[in-house]
Amino acid sequence: MGRFLVRRLAGHAVLAVVAASLAYLLAAASLHPRPDPPGPAAGPAPAAPADRAALRRLNLDDREPLAERYRVWAAGIVRGDFGRTLRGEPVAAELWRRLWVSVRLLAAGSALGFAGGVLLGAYAAARRGTAADRLVTAGSFLLLAVPVFVLAPLLQIAAAAVDQATGVQFVEWVGESSPGAAGGAFGALGAVGDRVRHLALPTVVVALSQLAVYCRYQRGMMLDVIGADYVRTARAKGLRRRDALLRHGVRTALIPLTTYFAYTVGVLLLTGMFTEQVFGWHGLGEWVVDAILRGDVNVVAAANVVAAVAVLLAGLASDALRGLLDPRVRARA
Amino acid sequence: MTRPPGNRRAVAGAVLLAALFAVAFLGPLAAPWRWDQTDFTAFRAPPSAGHWFGTTQSGRDLFALTLRGMRKSLLIGLLVAVLSTGVAAAVGMTAGVLGGWVDRLLMFGVDLLLVLPSFLAVAVLSPALGGGTGVVLVIAAFLWMITARMVRAMTLSLKERDYVRAARFLGVGPVRVIVRHILPHLASLLVVDAALNVSLAIITEAGLAYLGFGAQPPDASLGTLIADARGAAPAYPWLFASAAGPLVLIVLAVNLLGDGLRDALDPSVPRCAGRAPRRGPRDGVPQALCAVRAPAARAPGKREDAA
Repeated sequence: MGRFLVRRLAGHAVLAVVAASLAYLLAAASLHPRPDPPGPAAGPAPAAPADRAALRRLNLDDREPLAERYRVWAAGIVRGDFGRTLRGEPVAAELWRRLWVSVRLLAAGSALGFAGGVLLGAYAAARRGTAADRLVTAGSFLLLAVPVFVLAPLLQIAAAAVDQATGVQFVEWVGESSPGAAGGAFGALGAVGDRVRHLALPTVVVALSQLAVYCRYQRGMMLDVIGADYVRTARAKGLRRRDALLRHGVRTALIPLTTYFAYTVGVLLLTGMFTEQVFGWHGLGEWVVDAILRGDVNVVAAANVVAAVAVLLAGLASDALRGLLDPRVRARA
Repeated sequence: MTRPPGNRRAVAGAVLLAALFAVAFLGPLAAPWRWDQTDFTAFRAPPSAGHWFGTTQSGRDLFALTLRGMRKSLLIGLLVAVLSTGVAAAVGMTAGVLGGWVDRLLMFGVDLLLVLPSFLAVAVLSPALGGGTGVVLVIAAFLWMITARMVRAMTLSLKERDYVRAARFLGVGPVRVIVRHILPHLASLLVVDAALNVSLAIITEAGLAYLGFGAQPPDASLGTLIADARGAAPAYPWLFASAAGPLVLIVLAVNLLGDGLRDALDPSVPRCAGRAPRRGPRDGVPQALCAVRAPAARAPGKREDAA
């Protein structure tokens, strides 16, 4: 198991380096850090230096040869320095802060989505052909067709309607916390409650968007597994149907899903981009969108590095998970 | 005998999709306003006889704008799907048939593009390439990798079939082997995959436009319409519904079609045993066809082959 993971890790490291380089080259070649033409139409002028010398100091001058800029950037990355933004601030500090915001936004929702999707899919497969199965299938089909940037406003509209009908505001729509929540009558408890109220809607959005996908996959996998000999053997040993399915069916059906798990991290980052934008969280996704529009190459490249590393770590995690679930993997390594 | 549910879903999806196509491309003939016209007497007007879906904040007819967005979504979805599935088939079969360093090189490229955050890359590239064909090329460039892996895996197992070996020992070249003996077996997989890529491409395009990386202001796409309507959604629901509704319907129709096709073309064992191959090549043996196609086709999604 250990050697198996180390081998995968080495392969992944090479891939991460090449992918990060490619991401930088793409961004540096196609983004232009100056508004072109410069003018009031481009909105409030950024505090960024507009002259060439200052851009060059930031390694952002797109008239420099690409290879030279890449060399400077890569040398910085090796030292753990992600370069500076268009405004001259270090990218790294802001990157970690924003990454943490995104994690707070996405963690609960994705965990809920995964667990809910797997259980719902397994349930639908066990009750194949019944009204419950048809309802779950139809629901997941509908949910799959609704992109995040439609789902989130829909939930906001629904929350607004509930608030209006009851006269009480249950959830907050914008931001991560209200200023001064900790100073209220309930102190620290009030601050926690405030955060939960802010987190409720985005969590539902993230969970629903993940749930539909996992539900479809798990249902399909379970249908393949449900008639298998080992499930029948478990039943013959005297296990109840529910126990046989949960212990032998769901576990086996999860194995292929772990492979898919790695790639949902990419989807999750994307979900985060839209969710942050709709709910006004100042996370990584929001930052990247702004950076692309501004032409802030170092920020975009740093976000790409983080995303590539996240996908590879998730790949590693799914390898480990598969090792845990599937003894054949351990035997092979 | 009742029709299997997959078939019914495929038919429902196809009918819905045909209806949406008809509305998007024939609608402008009946609509009272063109998408680039402005009605200075109606700003944010609710739906009426003159403006079927109402008007935007700047007095543009929402029905005409929505139809324009739908046409764009449908065309981009189709073109991207054809392009990316074509690339996937070409790369996967080449890697599978030739093997060796070509295979390793192509698969490294596939892994690389899978690790690269594709939406970010597309967003970075889209302003440089402009609208229209550029967007199609960029989206297609990041959608083909997983299918290519599946095609390669199936090609590897098809390559060991007796008729393919016989053809190779008779001196048939790799191109002819691919076209005559391998491609026909992959046809159903590729059709289903293309259908699923259509919906991915449509959502990607709308998402890009929503964030401001796609169609620019005078032009409209379903994504930009949704972005414009979002802030005012609780107060002016028709602004939001008229753009979001068609988008959801299109994706739903395509998903139904793709999923139904997968079930309908799925040669899983019980149905396959009693059925002659629908368009197998002349030297194809029905049993062999089942054995080869069944594992990939019975898997519920196209993604778990990705690792």
